[in-house]
Amino acid sequence: MDWTLLVTQLLNGVQLGVLLFLLAAGLTLIFGIMDFVNLAHGSLYMAGAYFCATVAEWTGSFLIGALAALPLTFMVGLAVEMVVVRPLYARDHLDHVLATFGLILFFDALVHLVWGPEGIAIALPGFLDGRVTILPGIEIPTYRLLIISVGLAVAAGLGYVVTRTRAGMLIRAGAANRRMLGALGVDVNKLFTLVFAGGAVLAGLAGLMIAPITEANIGMGNGILIVALVVIIIGGIGSIRGAFVAAILIGMIDTMGRSYLDDLMKLFLSDQNAETAAPALSAMLIYILMAVILYFRPQGLFQPKVR
Amino acid sequence: MPIRLPSLRNGVMFAGLAGFALMPVFTGVTGQPYILDITMRMMCLAIAAVSLNLILGFGGMISFGHAAFIGIGAYAVGIPAYYGEYSGFLQIPLAVGVSALFALITGAICLRTRGVYFIMITLAFGQMVFFTFVSIEEYGGDDGLVIDTKSEFAGLIDIEEPLALYYLILVCLVAALYLVKRIVASRFGRVIQGSKSNDDRMQAIGFNTFRYRLTCYVIAGALCGLAGALLGNFTGFISPDMIDWTRSGELIFMVVLGGAGSLFGPVLGTVVFLVLEELLSALTIYWQIIFGPVLILVVLFGRGGIDGLLSRLANAQR
Repeated sequence: MDWTLLVTQLLNGVQLGVLLFLLAAGLTLIFGIMDFVNLAHGSLYMAGAYFCATVAEWTGSFLIGALAALPLTFMVGLAVEMVVVRPLYARDHLDHVLATFGLILFFDALVHLVWGPEGIAIALPGFLDGRVTILPGIEIPTYRLLIISVGLAVAAGLGYVVTRTRAGMLIRAGAANRRMLGALGVDVNKLFTLVFAGGAVLAGLAGLMIAPITEANIGMGNGILIVALVVIIIGGIGSIRGAFVAAILIGMIDTMGRSYLDDLMKLFLSDQNAETAAPALSAMLIYILMAVILYFRPQGLFQPKVR
Repeated sequence: MPIRLPSLRNGVMFAGLAGFALMPVFTGVTGQPYILDITMRMMCLAIAAVSLNLILGFGGMISFGHAAFIGIGAYAVGIPAYYGEYSGFLQIPLAVGVSALFALITGAICLRTRGVYFIMITLAFGQMVFFTFVSIEEYGGDDGLVIDTKSEFAGLIDIEEPLALYYLILVCLVAALYLVKRIVASRFGRVIQGSKSNDDRMQAIGFNTFRYRLTCYVIAGALCGLAGALLGNFTGFISPDMIDWTRSGELIFMVVLGGAGSLFGPVLGTVVFLVLEELLSALTIYWQIIFGPVLILVVLFGRGGIDGLLSRLANAQR
């Protein structure tokens, strides 16, 4: 067994998991509180990546780019919420899905118009570009370690905010009963706007962190959005804890499936059959998992207590 | 005694179908065969939209993975053709059968869920089909598969001839509309519509709505599989791009634009959608900058879609 590969793949799984969590956290909060389905969440992920790439290009520093991208994405989130999303809260889910689908088309074309069809690469500063030894004989890229650390730190911070602070209390109260919250004198519209823009920042953070690895490109958010949706379905829509558990689970299963499924299948299939079947099966793995979980628990693993 | 005129809605439907039937005459005279191509594509997608409308408009099942059935139908033509099996009598039943089977299996899981979970789980199953075809290298993977010989019907009809294919698709569209009309008017259709407005009550008065809804889902899937088989025959090239989730989103938009829950609305929606797409994309490559906001405006202000507009017009006349 190749231990270096195993450790690397485990860390890749965690990395995918934390990125998925950053996207899923916003999605699940927006759904939990506003009962709003936001397919355009992937566009905010893309926005984060493009803002970071542009500022990084001007200033020559990835870190400045990253710091500038977060407030910019926040403002895009504010604008989207106030212009398009707010009139839709009173509508049904079909209208949410269609309108945010329209937003995706708009944002993809807008990025095409502003930045052109080519992806934009982001150069990492020297101290992030190297590798670190985490165990004797096992090195991994420093930057991947950073993504994982930032992701886990944000997850912990978000958990703290939601369960221990007044803002978190309002968020949970909103998820339980938003009309009652409004009746108690809380400015629900403001809360909704801030939660939406906060979710946008988390998505933007995920996008700008992945951009140095994959480049910022058009439609980058659309593929991962679907996986993030799978995450919140498995985790139970509205549950941050569920989103975290499901994100790590999906990240792991997807990464491990892609790297080890063919070896596993060679144990009971001929080499050739295993090599043809494994890619298809590993691509389907997370959807099969979702189907199985939903068959037994139609509301996901961590169903929020009040809905 | 005054002559009873057909209602505005029926009038539009008959005019629309007559328009489809006479289109080849028009393009033959004006010499614009590409319009015929666009119309064929329109009719194929209209069948898919009509099938989606059966579950979405009448049954309230918002499927975001309907394009998967188009893909399954198209690959059911393409894969046998890849092995040199061109018989339409095999391919078409295969397309319809496999689509129905896929609808049965996934529907049994999806229909256990409600609301937004249903939207997302159908979306995920659509993606599953997408990634499956992407990862099967044998059938072209990402690059897709060329169908060089169209389905053969043992001399009965030769669809290599564009006009024959055109009228075959039109006949299928009319048949699909008739099927949906009959279903919606039947006791079965009433149960489906009742379950859309209040599922608990339908169960309380003794209907096993799950079975009704699943049957409806399978019918819609099979019908959309047929649309896929026709589309595959028409384009002669199939790829996972046909199954991409944005295609499912477009299908929903066609239905909603035309008027979900009306018989002919989805056909009108498909026509307007594709015409708009053609016009705008001829205007600029950034056409989706206009198209996206149009979609949002239709959602915000266009209640009931084109069909809603027609019925408001008809009421205003009275």
